[in-house]
Amino acid sequence: MKNRTTTTGGLDRRTLLKAAAAGSVASLAMPGILRAQGAAVKIGVLQPVTGALAQDGEHGRIGAEIAINEINKAGGIKALGGAKVEMVFGDARSTPEGGTQEVERMQAEGVCAIVGGFASPICLAATQAASAYNIPFIVDVGVSDQIVKRGLKNTFRFGPGFGSVTSAALDNLAKLNEGAGKPAKTVVIVHEDGLFGSGMAKLLQAELPKRGFEVLETVAHPTPSRDMANVALRIRALNPDLVIPSSYYSEFVLLARTMQQQKIKPKGIYAVLNGAASNYRFVKEFPEAANLVMDCNHWADFRKPKTAEVRAETERAGKSWLYNTPLNYSCMRLVVDAIERAGSTDRQKIIDALNASTFADHIMPYGATKFVDGQNMGAQAVNTQVQNGEIKIIFPSEVANAKPIFPVI
Amino acid sequence: MLKLDIFLSALANGLLTGAVYALIALGLTLIYGVLHIINFAHGATLTLAMFAVFVMHSAFKIDPYIAIFMLTPLFFGVGYLLQRLVINPASHGDDSNILLVTLGLSIIFENGLLAIFRSDTRSIDVPYGFDVIEVGNLFLSTPKVIAFVAAFAVAAALWLLLARTDTGKAIRAVAKEKTGAALCGMDVEHIYAVTFGLGTACLAIAACLLMPTFLVNPRIGNAFVLVAFTIVVLGGMGSIGGALAGGLIIGVVESLSGLYFGESLGQIGIFLIFLIVLLFRPTGLFGAKA
Repeated sequence: MKNRTTTTGGLDRRTLLKAAAAGSVASLAMPGILRAQGAAVKIGVLQPVTGALAQDGEHGRIGAEIAINEINKAGGIKALGGAKVEMVFGDARSTPEGGTQEVERMQAEGVCAIVGGFASPICLAATQAASAYNIPFIVDVGVSDQIVKRGLKNTFRFGPGFGSVTSAALDNLAKLNEGAGKPAKTVVIVHEDGLFGSGMAKLLQAELPKRGFEVLETVAHPTPSRDMANVALRIRALNPDLVIPSSYYSEFVLLARTMQQQKIKPKGIYAVLNGAASNYRFVKEFPEAANLVMDCNHWADFRKPKTAEVRAETERAGKSWLYNTPLNYSCMRLVVDAIERAGSTDRQKIIDALNASTFADHIMPYGATKFVDGQNMGAQAVNTQVQNGEIKIIFPSEVANAKPIFPVI
Repeated sequence: MLKLDIFLSALANGLLTGAVYALIALGLTLIYGVLHIINFAHGATLTLAMFAVFVMHSAFKIDPYIAIFMLTPLFFGVGYLLQRLVINPASHGDDSNILLVTLGLSIIFENGLLAIFRSDTRSIDVPYGFDVIEVGNLFLSTPKVIAFVAAFAVAAALWLLLARTDTGKAIRAVAKEKTGAALCGMDVEHIYAVTFGLGTACLAIAACLLMPTFLVNPRIGNAFVLVAFTIVVLGGMGSIGGALAGGLIIGVVESLSGLYFGESLGQIGIFLIFLIVLLFRPTGLFGAKA
């Protein structure tokens, strides 16, 4: 009975006090020790690696991984005493809710920044969740212009937005057509009926007539779609010069193969931000259906020597080369550059460093970064075309490595 | 508005797809006709069969058409044992319990597949996947034509089995009057399980016919089972001929409404028909008067 007042779970009071004192001293001393020893800097990588967008997410993750390995091999973050970068990976499960949950987990794990997001709905939700904790968030792909127009101070987008991509796509299409002697006059737009495809279709429908094209019809289809036979039939009935698809990977592959099956041959297939037309998996698996398909999309700058290295690294890991990888590689390098200049893992200091960023050591065909309201102003989309099993850049001419082939028949 | 050959292509497409719908509905209608239960696990079982085809193709390189001969007996066995060991004992002879048991099974199947395969959409690639048969101006997808022929062959075989064999006679007897059949010495439990097995085997065949041109994810069965229920109601509960005719009608309706209203609204026609049939002919086109 006497003992009960003086012991706590088998420890006497003196031991307990000592332990508590030691603990508090240790935790007070911790930040200093951490910096001196260069403890890991945690950076969140958010990608959908399961669900409908799993394929894209994997390509994004590998880009971030390659960048982190490279940084760590080169001696980590020098301003923090050679601290290593540690990736805290989160699977957004292809849904906005999944993205938000993973941001919460990353916050609990104490990340100082997050890179990724991929799809616009995931980016919209995840950046907002991150803004509650002021975590700097670098969006890799998400093109919806809403992402940078909500006044979130923590949100930065390295790549081009929807408005900039589509206006480049339209201008380049008009130039392409003029250059070939205006063979294309009529257009059919095929789009998935979600946020991305419908928005794109609406914009194209408004803008194409101004550039001398007649839109014969806009055909919507759901994602996932099990059968593209009806869409192909409509295209056959309308017999347009150009088909402009804006769908995700599986549906576009299905459409391209069904068109090939039904012997539908327009003068060109000109995609905008398409999941498949700039994807080596499609090019390798269905070379005939893919040949000469054009796309306006993100693509790595082949002039930069680093690009070939990152591509070789990606292919060594058994992955095909896609734009997600160089974008995430570049975003990770960008955020580490900001931490380096901030000299701190303090979130606000990183945000300030990003705002002042002029980072040029990335592998996209943009100049040095310059963020205005979170958008990287130099970001631009390029035009690609599948030519004999290779994805070539055909526009703009200063970064192009091939001449466009148009019309294709 | 559209040219004739476009209309004909959509029509042909609808008929070809409809035959597979009919095959799925056949299993459902057979189980309903004999056991008088709605099998809510039908869609999930189809998903299970489709994943079986996927695994056989991707892991063992077995062609889906060859897999028919392995998966059909396998799924017959699965169905037989499910009815014998799970559904029958768990339901204690009460029809509403059977409903709940099959619903429970569907949840287990679906989530089991989700746990193993995640929610990714997968497909298999066969070299003939996009081959076509040219008939005049029509390009008919070869795998769909094969599926069409096979679906009719299965329906014919099923009809022969029910009409000509002793097992078939027993199934029909149990369907009509199970107490009487039991009094004549038929093993009602066994016949129930055989019927459930046959219905499940139909799904295995349908899965093998679908996979060359189709994709699979753990929820894909739901898309078919709604269509299958509509077909069963349209054709008349428990009628084989009704399921076939219903399947073809639904296939054509879906294809044509997809063509005219756009792919996003393709299924609107199916549910309109469903409502109209329920309003004006609740027993279905071929159904007996209740």
